[in-house]
Amino acid sequence: MKKLWQNLRQFLLLDMVAGFAVTLKNFFSPKFTINYPLERTPTSPRFRGEHALRRYPNGEERCIACKLCEAICPAQAIVIEAEAREDGSRRTTRYDIDMVKCIYCGLCEEACPVDAIVEGPNFEFAAEDRKNLLYDKDKLLQNGDEFEIRIAERLMKDAPYR
Amino acid sequence: MTENNQVTLTINGKEVQAEKGTPIIEAARQNGIEIPHFCYHKRLSVPANCRMCLVEIKGAPKPTPSCYTPVMQDMEVHTDSPVAKKAQKGVMELLLINHPLDCPICDQGGMCDLQDMAVGYGSDRSHYQEEKRAVEDKNLGPLIRTVMTRCIHCTRCIRFATEVAGVPEMGATGRGENMKVGTYVEKALESELSGNMIDLCPVGALCSKPYSFTARPWELEHTDSIDTMDGLGSAVRVYHRGGKVMRIDPIENNEINEEWLSDAGRFSYDGLGRNRLTTPMLRKNGKLSECGWPQAFEAIKEAVAKAKPATTMGLAGEQLSAEDLFSFNAFMKQTLKTDNVDARHDGSTVTAGPRAKYVFGGGVQSVDKADLVLLVGSDPRLEAPVLNARIRKNVMNNGLKVLSVGAHSDLTYPVETAENTAQVIEQIAAGEHKFSKLLEKAERPMIIVGAKATLARKDAPQLFHKLHHIADAYGVVTKAWYGFNVLNVSSTRVAALDLEVYPEQKGKDTDGILTALKGGKVDLLVLYGEGNTHIPVADLEGAKTTIFIGTHKSAYAHLADIVLPSATYTEKSALWVNTEGRVQEGKKAVNPPMQAKEDWKIFRALSGELGKALPFDSQQQLRALMIKKAPVLEQVGELVTPTWEKFGVAGKVKNEAFELPIQQFYKTNAIMRASQVMDESQELAEARKAAQQTKKAS
Repeated sequence: MKKLWQNLRQFLLLDMVAGFAVTLKNFFSPKFTINYPLERTPTSPRFRGEHALRRYPNGEERCIACKLCEAICPAQAIVIEAEAREDGSRRTTRYDIDMVKCIYCGLCEEACPVDAIVEGPNFEFAAEDRKNLLYDKDKLLQNGDEFEIRIAERLMKDAPYR
Repeated sequence: MTENNQVTLTINGKEVQAEKGTPIIEAARQNGIEIPHFCYHKRLSVPANCRMCLVEIKGAPKPTPSCYTPVMQDMEVHTDSPVAKKAQKGVMELLLINHPLDCPICDQGGMCDLQDMAVGYGSDRSHYQEEKRAVEDKNLGPLIRTVMTRCIHCTRCIRFATEVAGVPEMGATGRGENMKVGTYVEKALESELSGNMIDLCPVGALCSKPYSFTARPWELEHTDSIDTMDGLGSAVRVYHRGGKVMRIDPIENNEINEEWLSDAGRFSYDGLGRNRLTTPMLRKNGKLSECGWPQAFEAIKEAVAKAKPATTMGLAGEQLSAEDLFSFNAFMKQTLKTDNVDARHDGSTVTAGPRAKYVFGGGVQSVDKADLVLLVGSDPRLEAPVLNARIRKNVMNNGLKVLSVGAHSDLTYPVETAENTAQVIEQIAAGEHKFSKLLEKAERPMIIVGAKATLARKDAPQLFHKLHHIADAYGVVTKAWYGFNVLNVSSTRVAALDLEVYPEQKGKDTDGILTALKGGKVDLLVLYGEGNTHIPVADLEGAKTTIFIGTHKSAYAHLADIVLPSATYTEKSALWVNTEGRVQEGKKAVNPPMQAKEDWKIFRALSGELGKALPFDSQQQLRALMIKKAPVLEQVGELVTPTWEKFGVAGKVKNEAFELPIQQFYKTNAIMRASQVMDESQELAEARKAAQQTKKAS
């Protein structure tokens, strides 16, 4: 009996019909693929993308050169040098991140006492040349200015869970 | 220590022995039990005002401060009982009420007592809801940066200034929450030891100004070294990052510097990086231009070929280690075959012979035991500030009497002075002076002779003969007590004399070399290292070819035709002989900048180029040869008391005053002259002096 049923299934190509049925079903269901880069998937508020240095609303840079991010960075991708600025406040004279070394773990962001260094929402910073991935302070501050609205929004969303 | 002097007590159930009168906190520390504290410091008085060291003592109604309570027989102390812990936690919370949460921007962060104690003994939350206090910062000059809001009123800085430095300028005004620590009148501190307050401050209220924000403690590497700014050879730790010296702090060495360091040693490190010679240079068309080592060696070869040994001269300067001096001496005498070498650029004619006449033979520590000090042409406050603090400590604790013949600044303790002339020494020797009786009465009298003001005198042999007589006559040197001490300002001089870096046969000494220069009779002049301000640079002009081997682009480099860059004290492992005659090793912290080389390697390479290679290829070989020459250099770290032998020449001393040994404290050597911080300090000191003079005049 079992053998008969097996033969019948082979003869009537029932496996194939089942396969085509899946195809047919998906043919009429809504599509998952999006038209990147014209369309984007949503990202989590905790997404860890390209780094940025933020500023206070009055334009003053947040970073106070405490070097905690440099200390905690497991890939040792951050290099900071600091000295007193003319007005006597503690500021960095150099803030470099090697984006090639970085493992995007987000520890720098967690270590920062003033929310200065953050991993922003941007992930589209691929470069053709390695040297373009060695970020300095200007580039990071520029990132901060560019993405500030989105960064602030996602920090706000994540704040209750911190 | 006799048996009766010891008491037995239990701390945390552990039975311990301690000397009678020891505070509990010290007894616990000796037995490896840590009691948290802020205001207590073993070298300062005990105010017991931070209350952090509260412990429970069985039978006592309340927790007791362990820094103020001496140990007693059968005492039962608990440092970790619930009562003690609750007390510590409570005090910590109170201390943190007004302390700002600015650890990320505080230079003390990472090496802060308050941080450590808060983690170890504090709570994770506070009951305090009200506003925090804010205090205006004080201006304490170019060395100390203040953030007074962080102050927890431990009063260590006040006690240090009053008790150790002897400048009672700091104090507290107001009480309770309104208490403020500062100078009563806003002004920079008038002390050569002010930097030690930074070490003492348990929080970030007093920070080093030059170090401000430049590095964090966890990213610094450290190397133990020896301070070369004065003759004491204080133990220091050099903190560096990426080949740059970031900070220099003292480390504990009871035999020399306790745990203090002069401002010169602590803050002059920026001079290590400024204005340095980094490549060899040659004078072309009247201008110095950079070149490689081979070209420089080629030029030296030509100059040496043209010069005769009799017209070849060499002068060594300051801050040179024993190895440096030995290789320079060998290079001049063996390779260049000249005897016209001198490291005594102050013009003194003292030679090796009995070591007693140029070392601080009793050791710095013996100052604690003396009951009378006679200063001869010495100004210890500026020549060796840390030694001055030691003398002051003895004056304050045991009523040490200090007598002085010679010029000196305000020594911060009472000094009985005599007329400033060398003849007073003659009178003391003859027993005719008022000091004679005092010296006679003293049990352990000590003579401190300032090397700079005495050895460079023309009548130094006669003067030292008289001093030897005084030492014999008044029991300054007996079998049990050695009290004849010569204080050298230079970290180089003792080694130079031990290694005989001066004309050994009939060569020209410093004076001879200067006369020859004036007469235009010098073909080749080798200037090694920079002197202090003894010889005006203009007097060194006149040689056909001048070679300068040194560290900084100074006036010396500008008069040279060939310049070779060498290493400073943080850039070489070397033996340093301090004024006591004690040999100490300083380790290499960083590499010499760019093409600069360690000094002995330069002389070795140069001697090879000139065809008369010096007989060593490594530092070990060099040291072995050096010790063969001066066996006294073998015992590293040991104090060798010199044998008491005759020295000096009988005769009359001149009726001349002793000069003030140090005119510009912050500009004594090449590194300090290159340092910007020292510049500012010197300016301030001079302005202060001028202000005092106008005040006196009016």
